[in-house]
Amino acid sequence: MSTKNWPLWEVFVRSKNGLEHRHCGSLHAADEEMALENARDVYTRRSEGVSIWVVESKHITASNPENNGEMFEPAQDKVYRHPTFYDLPDEVKHM
Amino acid sequence: MSEEQIKNLEAQFEARIARDEKIEPKDWMPEKYRKTHIRQMSQHAHSEIVGMLPEGNWITRAPSLRRKVALLAKVQDEAGHGLYLYSATETLGISREEMYEQLHTGKAKYSSIFNYPTITWADMGAIGWLVDGAAIINQVPLCNTSYGPYARAMIRVCKEESFHQRQGYEIMIKLANGTPEQKEMAQDALNRWWWPSLMMLGPTDAESIHTAQSMKWKLKRKSNDDLRQQFIDQTVPQAELIGLTIPDPDLKWNEERQSYDFGEIDWDEFWQVVKGHGPMNKERMKARVNAWEEGEWVRDAAMAHASKKQRTSLEKEVS
Ligand SMILES: [Fe+2]
Ligand SMILES: [Fe+2]
Ligand SMILES: [Fe+2]
Repeated sequence: MSTKNWPLWEVFVRSKNGLEHRHCGSLHAADEEMALENARDVYTRRSEGVSIWVVESKHITASNPENNGEMFEPAQDKVYRHPTFYDLPDEVKHM
Repeated sequence: MSEEQIKNLEAQFEARIARDEKIEPKDWMPEKYRKTHIRQMSQHAHSEIVGMLPEGNWITRAPSLRRKVALLAKVQDEAGHGLYLYSATETLGISREEMYEQLHTGKAKYSSIFNYPTITWADMGAIGWLVDGAAIINQVPLCNTSYGPYARAMIRVCKEESFHQRQGYEIMIKLANGTPEQKEMAQDALNRWWWPSLMMLGPTDAESIHTAQSMKWKLKRKSNDDLRQQFIDQTVPQAELIGLTIPDPDLKWNEERQSYDFGEIDWDEFWQVVKGHGPMNKERMKARVNAWEEGEWVRDAAMAHASKKQRTSLEKEVS
């Protein structure tokens, strides 16, 4: 990689304790420290967060949408993984 | 840090929890909070993993394809629950290896209920209905516990549990409406699983050591006895609806309390099982340790494959 170009980082922000970090975008920075500072300035100027994660984008392995069929379709016909699949009398409570 | 400073931090920490704020992994926390959570969360994870064994026993012998896929899906979910919980526990600074080690050497406990045998198909019904039912009652309040990663794991788990209980109850309905032998099989399973399920909700409040602290940290929101009463009040009508009898001669509706009175629980049995003398303690640990050891070559092969791939891609980059 050329040393002139700052790498790309993905930014995850936790808006409030108790909630998970959510991906909110990306930015360029020379190293992790700068990435965190830039993320604060770019994504939390209005107190949108209490915690930030930055991950260099190249470290993220993403699934390929072209493979979505084999990736996700197998779950579609497994109706028995859902509570509605089971026949219970209407009178049953607390289930 | 001086003792004074620590006291201060602790007071702030307790105040945050009292305000219903969540604690996240990088926040300062008292050592005792960390240790207690590692213990409870890892025990919970172990219970999900060991909990697969009694049911796994019946997957190959399920009476129909419908029952087989349902049971398989349930057991698969329990593996997932174990994984969510182990990962959440790792955020507190203990490694997966250490937790496995504690389980495999018997240092860590798991829910005693899994030390009972599953001897007929009806046990699959009773487990889903009663054991998962009791687990749900334990777990729903934990969706609001103070430690963020635990609370989030519990929300996922609770969403998935509902089908577990329904598939179990459906098995019971079918058996209870079947031939006299089938009905008898269902009744026998209820007879064997009823009392252990009540014990699953923990020792009575008088005997429970951790309750006050756990309440403060929202690791517990209701006492064991309250949870047990809730379980009984919900479950008795479900048994009646399908014509099965709760094996407790002292069970009686109490009009004044709007709750069921129930008979004495055999706590000696409970402590015996906790101490390792239940019918299946040895068997379960043996099965678990075997699965781990026999899987070693697979884990090693995966690592070897991964480093080989890395080497080839490095070589490509160099050339
Ligand atoms: Fe589970
Ligand atoms: Fe569970
Ligand atoms: Fe379950």
